[in-house]
Amino acid sequence: MNTKFSPGQVVRVRPDAHDGHHRTPWFIKGKMGRIHSVAGEFFNPESRAYGGDGLPKQLLYAVEFEQRDVWATEYRGPDSDTLVVDIYEHWLVKAN
Amino acid sequence: MPGVHDRGGWPTDEMIDRSDHIWMDWEYKTHALVGALRFRELMNTDELRRGIEAIPSEDYEASSYYERWSRSLETILTEKGVLSTQEIDTKVKELEGRWESDS
Amino acid sequence: MSEDHGHDHAEIGPEDEHPGLQWDVSLSERAKRSLAMHELLIEKGVVTNEEVETASNNLRRRTPADGAKVVAKAWADPEFKQRLLDDAREAVYELGYSLAHDAELSVVENTKDVHHVVVCTLCSCYPSSLLGPPPDWYKSFAYRQRTVIEPRSVMREFGLELSQDIQVRVVDSSADQRYLVLPERPAGTDGLTEEQLADLVTRDSMIGVTNPLSPEGAPIS
Repeated sequence: MNTKFSPGQVVRVRPDAHDGHHRTPWFIKGKMGRIHSVAGEFFNPESRAYGGDGLPKQLLYAVEFEQRDVWATEYRGPDSDTLVVDIYEHWLVKAN
Repeated sequence: MPGVHDRGGWPTDEMIDRSDHIWMDWEYKTHALVGALRFRELMNTDELRRGIEAIPSEDYEASSYYERWSRSLETILTEKGVLSTQEIDTKVKELEGRWESDS
Repeated sequence: MSEDHGHDHAEIGPEDEHPGLQWDVSLSERAKRSLAMHELLIEKGVVTNEEVETASNNLRRRTPADGAKVVAKAWADPEFKQRLLDDAREAVYELGYSLAHDAELSVVENTKDVHHVVVCTLCSCYPSSLLGPPPDWYKSFAYRQRTVIEPRSVMREFGLELSQDIQVRVVDSSADQRYLVLPERPAGTDGLTEEQLADLVTRDSMIGVTNPLSPEGAPIS
């Protein structure tokens, strides 16, 4: 597998509004997190949802975010609490 | 604006209702139909999800879980020309007629 | 939606003992259309009755007892546990469980420091190949909305209060990876057999909203 990102790496989720089916939840768009693990290669749901074959397969990553970064003061729990979301590679960019 | 299905973090005071409803026969059939269509490679999970997400917000929120599946099934199958809306309308009337005469 | 309660319902038809009469005219429009599609698709040979029956049986084939077997083995056998954490698909296959089509399985381990809870905010993704169908509450708007932003409050409703020293890690199964929580093995269970251990593993503890039962039978809170 030719992974663009590795576990531990800091990434940001693209803030894009995507017209049509996609699996990036709204609350994570634009947020910065850390690659937790590489989930593997999966059919691309964005094309498969419209009758395409979903190829080429896309890399999927489990990305871990701090709840404080996702929800700011709306999060009522300790700063150590986190949120993991599975995100496709093309939704992630390197963060500095 | 997130789609109506994209619900993480939406504000609510609702408690989690932990009761389980009794499955209806039509719900088993709906789930199984999707499974059979997947097996035949006539439909995939992403299409099912896309069809559900396309349901207008009010209807999405007013529908039960398998009512949403049913809507999506109809959307996808009519889109692919496997069934037509008219055929389904006609069959519903036929079923209703059958049920009426059974009672 | 027809609300005609004025007439008698059909007598229970043949052998079909499924709860919820198949031909109840007070069914919603969508329900009727599902039954219509079912009949049409079989009439037209798009699918066969056997294929639908098979899919229907597959839906009910697995129960939480299956997931509990996997957890109990992981508790009893550290090497199996490591295989489970490294490659869940292969590990559960050792016990005869295969995963649905294109989904993958990831097992996340609860420890004294980290507690996981799983949700699917976008729909209802769930490790049904191991646990069977998800409970209604897992698919509810309330659970999908609240778990990512207030997991501790959700768990509190289920009777679980975690100390602030424990990290709560919410997992949103947003793609085709399904998650199963491997709960922490309860204290005082050293002498138990795998079968006895499995009896302590509840469905809810494999989702993460509760802990497993203690040997005395109460959920660990």
